[in-house]
This record gives sequence, structure tokens and C-alpha cells, in this order.
Amino acid sequence: MTSGTGPRGRPGAGRGLPERGLLLLLVLVLLEGSVVFPLGAASSPDVDPRGHSEDRAVAEESQNYSKKAFPVLSLDYHHIHVPFEIALWVLLASLMKLGFHLIPRLSSIVPESCLLIVVGLLVGGFIKLAGEKVPPVLDSQSFFLCLLPPIILDAGYFLPIRPFMENLGTILMFAVVGTLWNAFFVGGLLYAVCQIQPGNPSDLHNLELLPCLLFASIISAVDPVAVLAVFEEIHINELLHILVFGESLLNDAVTVVLYHLFEEYSGAGTVTILDGVLGVISFLVVALGGVLVGAIYGFLAAFTSRFTSHVRVIEPLFVFVYSYMAYLSAEMFHLSGIMALIACGAVMRPYVEANISHKSHTTIKYFLKMWSSVSETLIFIFLGVATVDGPHSWNWTFVTVTVLLCLVSRVIGVIGLTFVINKFRIVKLTTKDQFIVAYGGLRGAIAFSLGFLLEEKHFPMRDMFLTAIITVIFFTVFVQGMTIKPLVELLAVKKKQEAKRTINEEIHTQFLDHLLTGIEDICGHYGHHHWKDKLNRINKKYVKKCLIADERGREPQLIAFYHKMEMKQAIELVESGGGFKPPSALPSTVSMQNIQPKKPAAAKPVQRALPQLPKGREEEIRTILRSNLQRTRQRLRSYNRHTLVADPYEEGFSDFIIKKQKIIELEKKIIHMNNLTLPAAPPDSPTLCRARLASGTETDFKPAQQQKGKQSSPDPQAYRPKRDSVPTIQVDLASPQSPDSVNLMDEFRANGSRREEEEDQGLTMRPRGEDGRREQLTRCLSDPGPSADEDEDEPFLP
Amino acid sequence: MGASQTRPEHRHQDLADRTGFSLEQIKNLHKRFQQLSGDEDTISKENLESIPTLANNPIRKQIIGAFFDKSAFAECLLAAGGAPHFPYRHQRGFILFGLRNQHRGEAGSCDQIGFEQFLMVMSHFRPPTLKMTAEEKEAMRREKLRFLFNMHDTDNDGTITLVEYRKVVEELLSKSGSIGQEAAEAIADAAMLEVASTNVPTMGPDDFYEGITFEHFEQILKGLEMESRMHIRFLDVDTTTMRCGKSTS
Repeated sequence: MTSGTGPRGRPGAGRGLPERGLLLLLVLVLLEGSVVFPLGAASSPDVDPRGHSEDRAVAEESQNYSKKAFPVLSLDYHHIHVPFEIALWVLLASLMKLGFHLIPRLSSIVPESCLLIVVGLLVGGFIKLAGEKVPPVLDSQSFFLCLLPPIILDAGYFLPIRPFMENLGTILMFAVVGTLWNAFFVGGLLYAVCQIQPGNPSDLHNLELLPCLLFASIISAVDPVAVLAVFEEIHINELLHILVFGESLLNDAVTVVLYHLFEEYSGAGTVTILDGVLGVISFLVVALGGVLVGAIYGFLAAFTSRFTSHVRVIEPLFVFVYSYMAYLSAEMFHLSGIMALIACGAVMRPYVEANISHKSHTTIKYFLKMWSSVSETLIFIFLGVATVDGPHSWNWTFVTVTVLLCLVSRVIGVIGLTFVINKFRIVKLTTKDQFIVAYGGLRGAIAFSLGFLLEEKHFPMRDMFLTAIITVIFFTVFVQGMTIKPLVELLAVKKKQEAKRTINEEIHTQFLDHLLTGIEDICGHYGHHHWKDKLNRINKKYVKKCLIADERGREPQLIAFYHKMEMKQAIELVESGGGFKPPSALPSTVSMQNIQPKKPAAAKPVQRALPQLPKGREEEIRTILRSNLQRTRQRLRSYNRHTLVADPYEEGFSDFIIKKQKIIELEKKIIHMNNLTLPAAPPDSPTLCRARLASGTETDFKPAQQQKGKQSSPDPQAYRPKRDSVPTIQVDLASPQSPDSVNLMDEFRANGSRREEEEDQGLTMRPRGEDGRREQLTRCLSDPGPSADEDEDEPFLP
Repeated sequence: MGASQTRPEHRHQDLADRTGFSLEQIKNLHKRFQQLSGDEDTISKENLESIPTLANNPIRKQIIGAFFDKSAFAECLLAAGGAPHFPYRHQRGFILFGLRNQHRGEAGSCDQIGFEQFLMVMSHFRPPTLKMTAEEKEAMRREKLRFLFNMHDTDNDGTITLVEYRKVVEELLSKSGSIGQEAAEAIADAAMLEVASTNVPTMGPDDFYEGITFEHFEQILKGLEMESRMHIRFLDVDTTTMRCGKSTS
């Protein structure tokens, strides 16, 4: 800080030096304040729950004995006790997440999961210091039924299907064989180590083989929550991400079976070959059954969503409820709930997305992300709390051996399995890849919860197990989780490509798919591509017809992609403040004119300016526009019926109208964009005139130059009405707008000037820089949604 | 090829050297070739068109066309000549195909192809091996891209023009009915615009972008990792007996 004052003080040395110093001091204090504040914000919630709980305790006692007059104000904490504490925990988790992201430097060093565990440790410590009983936060009931499903559903719903299916063999190999290997290797060696200590009077000798194996099967499964938390921060390439993450999801079936198997036989003491065979069968039942249950619910959800076009508000709910039902149903039969959820999410997604509105889609997306991130935060905090709370019995030998064996078995397992897998893979896994896969095998809260489930009377060493599990979790999350990021950079492992998918890539991906299928057919052996193609065709022919209501939802992937891209660009255009930008991210002046085959020499500038739109194309544009406008209007109506009548002045609605008008404006621009860039147009374009007339704000309509005489040079970036290309389009643009939307607008105009401002903005897209206040308003209007994951941001369409 | 035809083993070994296929793979492909051609030495377009599973492929015409494309064949030889891992820099290869090389740049297609050319086309779909160096991979990528490029560049003038590109997209969407045909043009236009704007960012209003050259083609498909994606599994074991009897007459 002192070094900072030196150079800054010098220029001011000439004039009043003390004044300068004072100013600097002020700045420093302010800076200090802004640095301290987030720290304060981050640490204050630690104290929060404890303080409240003390209050509660006092309140409870006083309330019980004050029963004289009619209580005007009574305190009944007990009444709200449970939900209140849940809310407090959630609040704590959210505040922690908030605080964490307020400190930018911290997040680059320590992964969030580590920090959250530390917070949990602190909170647990406070609770313990206060002498309160720590609530059984991570007991299996709440963990498996409330905290885990959102995370898994989020993972399943947004599962990148293509890489997942392409690598399914490898993933299954790691998930099934790898986990089995881990469990038996760790369990067996652990048992051996426990037996080898002749002179040691520890009670490790009493440990039998089966409990060892049970413990090993708990500890050997890679945990999806931990993997997600760490891998999302290191932005590793898609292949490695899907390998590790897919493994963590699919090994659930193995864990479930092993767990129940060993738990069952721990009491009996002996395992016969028959039991082994039953175990294998049970594994198949658990895994396939889980997938089946999930798929059934997924199809049900897709089928339901076909009929929701009139009740858009509850659309997202179906997704959540059906998935949760799938999870619960699978758990009911002790099938793999995780696999059921994954299957359910993955199956329903394509159909549901084609059926529901864009708004519902956005809702689903943000709800899932919100739930899963809160769950994740809570899980890590609870892990910390449970660590402080739990009864521990620390045994150096056991814990050290466990950690070591876990590491060793993972490394051997990955290397051995890749050796086998690489014989079948086309894209081989390199040594670096193997290292990351091995190193990314993090353990997490699922293991802890499973350990927590063990019964004391069957497993006298339960406390020791729990301690060892916690140690392994902490070791993997802290040591591996913190070092994996520098290691990834050190090894120069390929990172995820941030670039967006271009339309050319999409075309060629499709082309390649068909080409490879065709070549396989010519070769006469039916490989992946052949079956994939067959499946796709069945899907298109039968399944989509049953499950998707809208004709448009059935359009081929390429067209869907094109529409999506078009919309995204349009939205970006608006968000950027209405400045006219070429469609690609690059600054470029290339327009359609440049690629259109040139007309013979007669192409005078004037003639080219009025472009070569063939009649057919003109018609096409018109139909596209008409149908799109029709659709937005219909949706608006159906939405009206359910939410707007109840509260027409609700802010969401005005937002809605603005959005709608943005879109209308946009369609126009797209046409401009797609067809021509023209020299600056005569300002009084009939299109805009009509548009403004329709909305009753024609007074505002003047070209920027005329309206603001003092403004010497108009902003070159600003969107100016281009000379309209196809005169007939205007009619289509303006007319659907006029009948009902104007009425609605009029209703709103009465609502105050501010709203009017907004509407004007949304409607007309005035050139920028005309008025400071207006410009700000435009900013306000841009989509308020989170901008963290930009590539996922879908256009926010009504 | 006439001389070696008498001794199939020797001939196969020779082909294996030049295409990089294993002997078993060549044997399998040869069996398939004979099955398709009806035990003839050459195969015709009609033979390929009659494959039942191919009937549903939207780009069937282009796939079959690729087999009978003279210039693509010549191009691929040239490209392969430059690729170090491709042993058909081999003196003999050039002598053999020297005649065809003269046809380079000439549009058009042959009616019949022999097993060698069939194999040459197939060799574009070999997967990369683990032992390949970065340069070899790069060469393989270029060679595969060149093959794709030639599929799109129907008149062989070295550029994919807007008309040609539109045709590609149209074919791609040809199985999806009327929506497909409507959208195809718009999509091709947008794609072309994208190529133009990524490769030639500044263009005056009077400039004209003639079409996608091979360099630009490479540029736009950089992200797709063609060298590893454009491949199919050529089986080492004989599966003709296992196949579900969909013989093609």
C-alpha cells in the first residue's frame, strides 16, 4: 500500500500536498472498505445460526411459563422450528456462495468445495462451543432424499449425450470394473494389513474380511458431487470430463449392490459362490432396472408435456416431479436411483424441450442450476459440520493405509483398464489423460452418508470407518482438488474449447454422420453409425410423432440449430444496445451481397442496393415472418389467460410485451442482416413509421440527426433504419401488432411515465447516444438473467 | 494392375502396403466388393445404388459419386504422395496411376471402378493409430478434409461456390420434406456468410467472395478434429457369414 502512495503522490506535490495526501487517504480507506466488506459478508454468517439458536433457546423457556392474560404478542418458536432452521441453512449456504464469489483472487486458488468444508468446520465448531446439539445434518434420509436428487437431475438433464454415448464403453469399464477392482483391492489389502500386526495390541485384529470389503466398497466409488464441483472449475476438455464424470454417475449401481451384498452377509459371515452369482444378477437388475424406471418416467414426462400448451405456467413442474418420482420409485426397489434420474433426464429432455415454451425452458434451466448449486453448497458445509460432530476414533494405521491404498488402487486400476480399453478405442487415452482420470477420482459425501447408514451393532468399528472415510474425502477434496488445477496447466492438458459452434460445423457434423453411415453400409458391416442412424430414424418416425405436439418441434436438427443460432444472434444484437453488428462475433463487413453471385456488368450501385431478391425468396420471407408473428401472438394470449388476468399490472407482463416487441423489431433486422447491408437509408422509412403509428408514439419518430440538432456526428454504430428491401414486408410486420397489442399498450401507458419509457425503448430501438438516460434504460432492459454461463444462455423468448 | 491380378495374395499384399489396411481387412473388403459387383472385376454405380440400407441416406448420391469421381481419385493420390505415412509414394504407384493423374482438373466421373479405387476411397476412412506423429496426423487430416472438399466441389474448380454449398445442404435436408427445402437455402447462405466473414473479415461492398477454397475449408472445420472423427471400424474378422443375410443382387 505504501508503494502505491509513492508514485501517486508525486504529481500532486506541486500544489497543496496535505490536501493530496488527505484525498489519497480517503481513497485508500474506501478501497480498504470495499475489500473488508466482502470478507465481513463472508464471515458473518458463521455466527448467524448460532446466535439465532441461542435466542431460540431463551425464547422457548420464557414462552412456556407466561400464560396469564391473552397474549397480544406471543412467541412460538417451536412451531416454526424445523422449516426455520432449514431456511437458515439454505440462507447460510447461499450467502457463503455469494461471499466466495465476491473475493475474486480466492476462487482462483482454492476450489469452492474446500472453502465450503472449512466453513462447515467453523460452523460446526461454533455450534459445539455453544453447547448445542449438532443437528444430524448429513443423515442419510435428508441427504439421499433431498440433497442429492437436484444435483444428479441437473447432471442428467444437461448431460452431453453425444460424447457420453460415444465413450459409453470406456465409461462403463471404469465405472463397473474399475469400482469392483478398487473395492476388492482396497478391501483385501486392508484386511491383510489389519492381520499382519503381531505385536500390536490394537483391536484391528478383530476386523473381519467382510466389513473390510464393505468399507472398501463405500470408499472406492468416485463421487459425482465432488467431481462436478472440481471439474467445473478446471474447464478440462470434453472427453476427460465425460470420462470421469460419467464414471462417477454410473458406478452408483455397483456401489449399491456391493453395499447391500456385504451388509447382508456381514451378519451371516459366509459368502458362497451362489451369493456371488446372485450379486452379479442383482447388479444387472439394479443397473438396468434403474435405467428402465428412469426411461419410463422420462417418456411419461415427455408425453405429458405434449399437452401443456395451454397451461404453460406449470410446465417446469412436470420435469421436476416426474424426475423425482423416478428417483423415489427406483429407491423404493433398491434400484440405482442415480441411474434412474440420469436416464429420466436424458430421455425426456429432447422431447420436453420441443414441447415447452422458451420461458419454461429457461425456468427449468435456472431452477435446476439453482437447486443443484445450493444442494452442493449445503452438502459440503454439512460435510464440515458432520466432521466436527461425528464420534471419531482415530487409528493411525487404518487411516493411513486406507488413504494410501485408495490412491494406489486408483492408479493401478486406471492404468490397467486403459491398457485394455486402448485396444478398442480409436482416440486412445494418452498418459496425460490417464493421469487426470486417476487424479480426478475424488471421493465425497455419498461415501460419508453410506458410512453413516451403517449400524453400530453390526459394525463395532463404525466410528473408525467414518473417520477414515472423512479423512479420505478430505484428502481427495483438499489435496487433489486443489492441486489438479495447477497440474492441468503444468501438463498442458487440452482444455475445453470455448468457441461456439458454428453453422458450418453443424452442417459438416451432420454430413459426416450420414457419410460414415453410408460408407459402413457400403462396407457391409454394421457398426456404431449404422445403429445410431437406425435409432435416429425410428425416433423421428414414431417416437417424435407421439411425444411432440408442435410440428415445428420435429424439424431436423440442422434446421433447429439454424433457428436457434439466428435467434441467439438477434438477441445479442438487442442486448448490445441496438448497435448494428454483423452476425458473426468478428468485426466484419462481409454481407450477403459479397457472396451472392454477381450480376453481369450492369450492376450499378443503385441497382445493387435494391437487391436481387427472387420472387420465391420474398414469398418465403413473408411466410416465415407471418408464421412467427402469429405464433408469438398466440402464445401471448394463452399466457394471458392464466397469469395476466389475475394481475395485469404485474411487472412480468410489461416485460413480456417489451420482449415481444423486441422480437418483432429483431425479425426485421434479421431480414436486413441476412439479405443486405445497404447504404444509409432515407430516414422516413415507411416500416418504422407504421410501427410507431401502431404503438401510438409517432411523435418520437424522427431521424437522429434531425431530432438532436446539436449532435454533430451521429453514432456510426447506431442502428439506423435501412432502406427497406422488400416493400411488402412492412405490412406483415405492422399489422399483427396493431389490433390487440396496442390496446394492451394503452392500458399500460396509464401506468406512469417510466413504463412508457421502457415500452418506447423496447419498441423502437432509437439510435444510441441520443440521450444518456435512455441509454441506461436500454441497459436495464437487457436480460437480467445470470451471465456466468454465457454459452448456455438461450434466447429469452415469450 | 493386370499383371498382379493372377496372384491375389501378392496383389493384396501390395494393396495393403499402399493403403495401410491389414490383409484381413482387404480380404473382407474384397469379399464385399465381389458381393456387390456380382463377382465382376469392376463395380458400377447401379451396384452401389442397389444397397438396400443406403436407400434412406439423404446424401446417397454424393457418397456414391465420391467413389466414381475421377478427379477426387487423382487428388487423393497426390495428397497421399505428400503424406509420409502413406507408402504409395512408391514408384509403382505413380506409374500405375500416372495415366489417371493427367485427368486431374477434369470434371466427370467414370462408370466403373476397380477394386483398387474402391479401396483407395475406403482408405480415407481409416482411423488414426496411436503411433502416428503429429505431422502424420496433420497429413491425415488434410487428406481426409481434401476428400470431403472434393465431395462438395462438384465441378472441381478448387472452390465450393454458393450454388454448390446450397446443393449440399439441400441434399442433407432432402429427407425431411418441405421444411427442409425451404430452410436449406437460408442455411447455406448463412453458412457461406459465416465462412466469408471469418476468412475475409474486411470486404468492400463491391468485392465478391467466389467460394470456399480448400484453405478456408480447413479453417472452418478446425474445431471438428476430423482426423479422429472421420473413420469407421474396418473389421478384421470375416463377418459375411454373420451378417443378417441382406444380400444385394
